[in-house]
Amino acid sequence: MAQFAFSLVSPERELFSGDVDAVVVPGTEGTFEVRAGHAPLMATLSPGLLEVHQGGEVTRTYVRGGFADVGTSGLTVLAEKAINESDLQGDTLTSERDEAQATVDAEGEEPEKVLNARRALDSLAKY
Amino acid sequence: MPSLKDLKNRIVSVKSTQKITKAMQMVAAAKLRRAEDAARAGRPYAERIETVLANLAAGMTPGAPGPKLLTGTGEDKTHLLVVATSERGLCGGFNSSIVRLARETIVRMQSEGKTVKIMTVGKKGYEQLKRLYADLIIEHTTFENVKTVGFDQASAISEKLLEMYEDGAFDKAHIFFGEYQSVISQVPTALQIIPAQPPEVEGDEKIAAPYEYEPGEEEILETLLPRYVAVQVFRALLENAASEQGARMSAMDNATRNAGDMIDKLNLQYNRARQAQITTELVEIIAGAESV
Repeated sequence: MAQFAFSLVSPERELFSGDVDAVVVPGTEGTFEVRAGHAPLMATLSPGLLEVHQGGEVTRTYVRGGFADVGTSGLTVLAEKAINESDLQGDTLTSERDEAQATVDAEGEEPEKVLNARRALDSLAKY
Repeated sequence: MPSLKDLKNRIVSVKSTQKITKAMQMVAAAKLRRAEDAARAGRPYAERIETVLANLAAGMTPGAPGPKLLTGTGEDKTHLLVVATSERGLCGGFNSSIVRLARETIVRMQSEGKTVKIMTVGKKGYEQLKRLYADLIIEHTTFENVKTVGFDQASAISEKLLEMYEDGAFDKAHIFFGEYQSVISQVPTALQIIPAQPPEVEGDEKIAAPYEYEPGEEEILETLLPRYVAVQVFRALLENAASEQGARMSAMDNATRNAGDMIDKLNLQYNRARQAQITTELVEIIAGAESV
């Protein structure tokens, strides 16, 4: 399968950079999959799991807030927060969950934010 | 003429000072490495978000009413200066040089008839600016209880900035920080953060295939711009952290060297005094023996 360049960066560090087969991105308007030769696209992210397919292996990363930028040179995901699946436990998991729960419970919060928080809770539910 | 005992005491005290400065230098060197790594790790994100923003801005129809964060308020009256300095002293002229640059800018802007407001980040700059411009300081943030500055702190600052900008508290914002160049050189720098100034796109990159936007272009720009501001603040804070440690390292290196020089000098004095004492004693003994 044709591969393309993918990089996942958060403000604090670069989490992944290399050639991959496919990436499943949780976009605000729906999840989409990017493969080699994808048309240029810019999308905002909704909280959820980003799946990286690389040689039959799948790595999942929880991302929250940011953008996916598909260009001619490949895919760049700029995530405000990115946590590897293996680190998604203990305090990190609890604090993420609490934050999302607080947004859902808060009154008078913007509907978009509440929707995003619900999505975050959904994707965190299995951990 | 200090006595032998006085000299000995002074040598001991200078030696212990030297030990402290040496230790501080070593701590700063270790922290510098970490700060440099953090600055390097943050670079890809900053670069990418810059390209994305530049692409978007280039795609916008010129002259069309864009978001306020990109086009500005259309006025140039009130300026907000964000002065980022360190929490601790003993780092040479690091803080003073940033404050000096800020002060020069304030004087210049005031002479041009502009209103200046100050927001300080870090204790040292606040203390220095408070003396002169206490009435201009509208916000003050410290990281006293924060060990390493993360993106959360930067975005908290930028949120405050954006809120004030929305309320029309200022037209333009600049951030002052020490740009890290090397251990011996940190350049105080002023950077305009609001309205955002995306870098110009190079000619051949411009003709890249047209983007599809999900959701619309405006929504993306609206979420992207605040983040861009946060990233700029974050970058400034990271640079500042590295600069602070670099400045401290070279300041403490100097102090250690000066202490070494002082010890040499004092040792010489001590030895001379001791020699003089021995000579006097000998003279006294010989004189005594002769008189018998």
